[in-house]
Parts: sequence; C-alpha cells; structure tokens
Amino acid sequence: MYGRRSRFLTFMLGAGLAFLYVPMIMLVIYSFNYSKIVPVWGGWSLRWYESLFKSEDVWNAVVLSLKIAVVNATFATLLGTLAGLAMVRFGKFRGRTLFGGMLVAPLVMPEVITGLSLLVLFITLKKLIGWPEDRGFTTITIAHITFSLAYVAVIIQSRLTGMGETLEEAALDLGAKPFRVLTDITLPRLAPGMVAGWLLAFTLSLDDLVIASFVTGPGANTLPILIFSRIRLGLRPDINALATIIILVVATGVAIAAFIMYRQQKQFQRDMQIAFQEEK
Amino acid sequence: MTGDPASSDTPWLDQGAEPLIKIRGVTKKFGDFTAVNNVDLDIFQGELFCLLGGSGCGKSTLLRMLSGFETTSTGTISIDGIDMSNVPPYERPTNMMFQSYALFPHMTVEKNVAFGLKQDKIPAAQVAERVDDILKLVELQDYHKRKPHQLSGGQKQRVALARALVKQPKVLLLDEPLAALDKKLREQTQFELMNIQEKVGITFIVVTHDQEEAMTLSSRIAVMDEGEFVQIGTPTEIYEFPETRFVAGFIGSANMFEGRVVEDGPDHVRVMTDLGEIYIDHGQSVREGNRVWVAIRPEKIHLSKEPPTEPGPNQAIGMVDDIGYLGNTSIYKIKLENDRIIDVTAPNQIRPKTRTHRITWEEKVYLHWDASSAVLLNK
Repeated sequence: MYGRRSRFLTFMLGAGLAFLYVPMIMLVIYSFNYSKIVPVWGGWSLRWYESLFKSEDVWNAVVLSLKIAVVNATFATLLGTLAGLAMVRFGKFRGRTLFGGMLVAPLVMPEVITGLSLLVLFITLKKLIGWPEDRGFTTITIAHITFSLAYVAVIIQSRLTGMGETLEEAALDLGAKPFRVLTDITLPRLAPGMVAGWLLAFTLSLDDLVIASFVTGPGANTLPILIFSRIRLGLRPDINALATIIILVVATGVAIAAFIMYRQQKQFQRDMQIAFQEEK
Repeated sequence: MTGDPASSDTPWLDQGAEPLIKIRGVTKKFGDFTAVNNVDLDIFQGELFCLLGGSGCGKSTLLRMLSGFETTSTGTISIDGIDMSNVPPYERPTNMMFQSYALFPHMTVEKNVAFGLKQDKIPAAQVAERVDDILKLVELQDYHKRKPHQLSGGQKQRVALARALVKQPKVLLLDEPLAALDKKLREQTQFELMNIQEKVGITFIVVTHDQEEAMTLSSRIAVMDEGEFVQIGTPTEIYEFPETRFVAGFIGSANMFEGRVVEDGPDHVRVMTDLGEIYIDHGQSVREGNRVWVAIRPEKIHLSKEPPTEPGPNQAIGMVDDIGYLGNTSIYKIKLENDRIIDVTAPNQIRPKTRTHRITWEEKVYLHWDASSAVLLNK
C-alpha cells in the first residue's frame, strides 16, 4: 500500500509542486531575458542585473527596507516578549483579559484599517505636537512594530506555556530572586522563541506593502512599494532580476538554517544514545 | 551528624522534643475544591517522613505549601520555629527535588549544582569545592561538564538530588523522587537515598504514591486521602495496625470482615463475622453488640489439609478456588462455605513440582490464624 506510489499520487505531487514553483522558475528565467518586453524571448543576458545595480532608487529602497526590518524586529521582539511574559507568568492582574484581547487584535485587524488609522494618528500628532515631521522611516517603523509585536507575543506565549513553570520554580527554590530567574532561566530558555519571533517580525516588515503605503511620505520607498509602483506601469525585466536576487537570498537563508538544525538534532540524538548506552 | 545527645530514633514519642516542622490547621482551597483540609503535623529533625496517598489526595499540594509555591488558605506552617507564611520560596530553608528533576537544560551538571550556591554569593573556590563534594557523594564525580540531555535517567535523578542537597537545607522535599526510574533501579536507589539521608542528616519529606517505597524509606508515614491524614505512624504501625479500612486496603492487601462484638474483655475482643468467630488478643475499646470491621492480612492466615485438633475461634473451612503463582509466594483464593472468597498468601519454600502446589485446586482446606493476627478497624 505504502511501498508503491500510485500514478495518481505521483501526478498530484507533480501538479502541486508545479503550482508552487513554476511561476518562480518562469520569473527567474525571464530575468535573464535580453528583450525589453517581458513575454518575448530575446536570448540570454545579464543586462537587467546590470541596470538594477546601477539604479540608485532600488538600492535606496533595499537599504530603507532592511533598516526598517531590523529596527522593527528588535523592538517588536523586546516588547512582544515582555507582553508574552506578562500574559503567561504574571498570573491574574487587573485588565488581563482586555490586555490579551488588545494584544492579538492587530492579527485580525484588516491591514487597510491598521494603515489608515495609523496615518490619521500621525497626521493628528503632527498638528498637535509637530512630530513626526516627515512620514518615512520613523512612521513606517512604528507602524510595523505595532502589528509585528502581536505576532512575537503569540509565539512567546505559546513557548512559555509549553515550557511549564517547573524550571522557574526550581530556580526560585534554589534561592534565585525573581529577576535572577528571569535572566538566568526564563530568557535563555526563551531564546529560540525570541529568535523565531525576531525573524518573523523581520520578514513581516520586509513583506508589508499595504500599511507602509499608508504611513510613508514622499521619497521614502520601501522595496515592496518600489516594486509595486513600477509594476503598475507594466511588467519590467529589471524587477524580475530584483525578484530573482530576493529568491536567492531567501533560499540560501532557509538552506543554512535547515542544515544547522539538522546538525544540532543529530548531535543531540548521538548524546542521548551515549547516555543510554552508559546506563547498561 | 548533629551529635545531639537528646535526639533519639523515635523523637515523635519524646514529649519534650521540639518538632522541626509544625503544620497547624493548614487548609488549601482551589476555588470550591479543598485540596488539603485542616491538617496538623509535626516532623522532627532527621526524620525521613513520607506523605503517602493516591493521586489527588493533597500530598503534592502540602509539599508545595512547604516549599512556598502555594500559599496556605488558612493555618500556619513553621520551620525551625519561624512562621513561613510570608517567606517566599527563595528565602525558605527548604530545597526541593522535583518529580521531573527540573534540571536546567542549558547548563552543565556542574552549573546546575552550583546554581543554588551562587545565589548566596558564596566565593567561587568554595562553590567549586562543595560541588565536587556533593557530586562525589552521588557518585557523579566524572560528569561535571555533561549537559542534562547527555545523562541517563538514573544520573539525572542523582544530579537533581545533589543540586537540592548542596545548599544543606534544613528540610529536603522530594516529590516522587523515584517514580521515573524502572523497577530494578528504583529498588537500588531507595537504599542509596536512605544512606545519603543518614550521611547528611537532613530531614527528608518524601511524597509518593508507592506504598512499598514508603514502607522501605520512611521513619514515619502519613497516609493521606481526600486532603486529610488518615493515619500517621511508623511503617510497622501502619501495616500491622491499620486504623481504618482505607489504610488496611491501601497499604498491602487485607481481608476485611464486618461483624458484631460478642465479648469485650480488658485484653481481648471476640467478634462474630462471616469467617466465624475471631478472637483478638489485644484489647481495643469497643462496646459489646457494636458492628465493627476486622482485617486479617493474607500472609497471616495458615492453610492446612489436616483438620484442627480441637474446635475453637480463629478457624475456618474453605475450598481452593484459584491459585496465583508469584514465584516467591503464591496467592490462594479460598472460597468459604458462605461463598465469600478470601486471599491467603503462602511462601513457596518447596519448589512446586511441575507447577502443582502442595495444596491444589478444588481441595478442601482448613484455615487458622494467630490470636494476634486480626485487627479491629475504627471506620
């Protein structure tokens, strides 16, 4: 039953993979197309990569996007972790249910509404206190932190719940004061969750088009905004080249992460086996 | 270790002795559920005290109140004369060994054990020395640099014990310390645990659901049920003189009979039951005509193929209904004339030939037991 793969299953597997990856492969191939009109094949060429590297707009957008993503991920992880800790480890406090609800609200709020409401806020603030003067890096970063911290908080909450409190109790029992327990036991145990949260917040920020479009100002284009505005004027081969580079970077990152995880798992299994054998 | 001349092996019998731990009227409620119900208990320096009971009987809750993880709803706990009500876990003179061991997975064995000492700001050299000593005590001197996942179950258990002992607490709390080990290792570890306790002289309080473990380890046992102590006593007292039907049935097995007191003498009691007349040679204050329960342990009944020489109390006749062969002993299910089945165990001193016992299925047997064997139960 399981040994032989039926033809139907093989076909469905192929169809599924094709559905996911053919578009990307097409995009990669067409990024090497000499022709200026995307669907017309004009032979292999690297000219669009060349024009991409010469384009200052693109580089500015890349740098801005990365800057926003890093600052956002860092703040979101910090705040999200604190929020998660408050939800799971502080027991009952006044307004806990309200706090929990408000914490996850950005997850279910339509992006358009989040974006619009933040824009209104920034405009009002500028009128009242004169800050933020221009919309751009600061406003986009603040907007991104507000929604990505919700994702981090959810990750941290589930990790904290899964960890249980026994280790923290053990540390308290051995004489560690609550702050020591946090720094020496909880946070190191939470580190993988925080890294996952940071990466997720980073990705969310790089991905976001809608909210950034609302809260950005003249001249501050993130990468998604730039790509989208260019595509609106028709398919462009240099955007294909840019997309290919992004795919390459992401794929490399995923491969490295998978390799490291695989090695760690192997090492862990080997250690356990040794311990098990010693017992005999 | 303490060298106190006044301390004896049975401090709980000494009227003047001051208990190390005093539990007074302690109740713990979780919402409407009462986990621990108004209990009083004294535990003395150097004891290895077991809290024994089934799951949900309140034994773990009581342990967590001693360690400070739970607050008492009412009542007080004092350790060494100090009221613990407002003392947080990290300032209590107790350390706990967790059922799951709760070793810090990101620290080596050495760091795990040193963790508690470092909290007290003890100089590094002294920390290292004490860690070395305690790891030697639990025979893990070569495992300093291992991480918890590189240890076997038994090694983890010993690291957990070392970590809890290294601060030399006044009281060591052990939550099901042997539950995660397999049977052979568990039996071996029981004795190691007793030896270590004797060496360090620290008072141990062990929570367990395993009655054999409690019997082997303890100086005294408190049997708990539904948040209350049913009986507190030495293993022998609990086994030989169970006070209630719950205790008689929970610790070991017992044949229990309901009956009526026909004579209540100063040094003996006679009870009429399903099993015939039972004569008990230790007086217990009951009233003639009262309905009471009597328990007899299966190993205290003797089986014989020969009828007794003269009729009297403490005798019965039955038929072998079934035999369970356990190796060292066999359990005989004896059907009495009134169809009631009772258990009798007998050691297999002679190898049963081709698995046939000296007394075998469907055979008529005569039962008798000593006047000291039966006990009256209160409830």
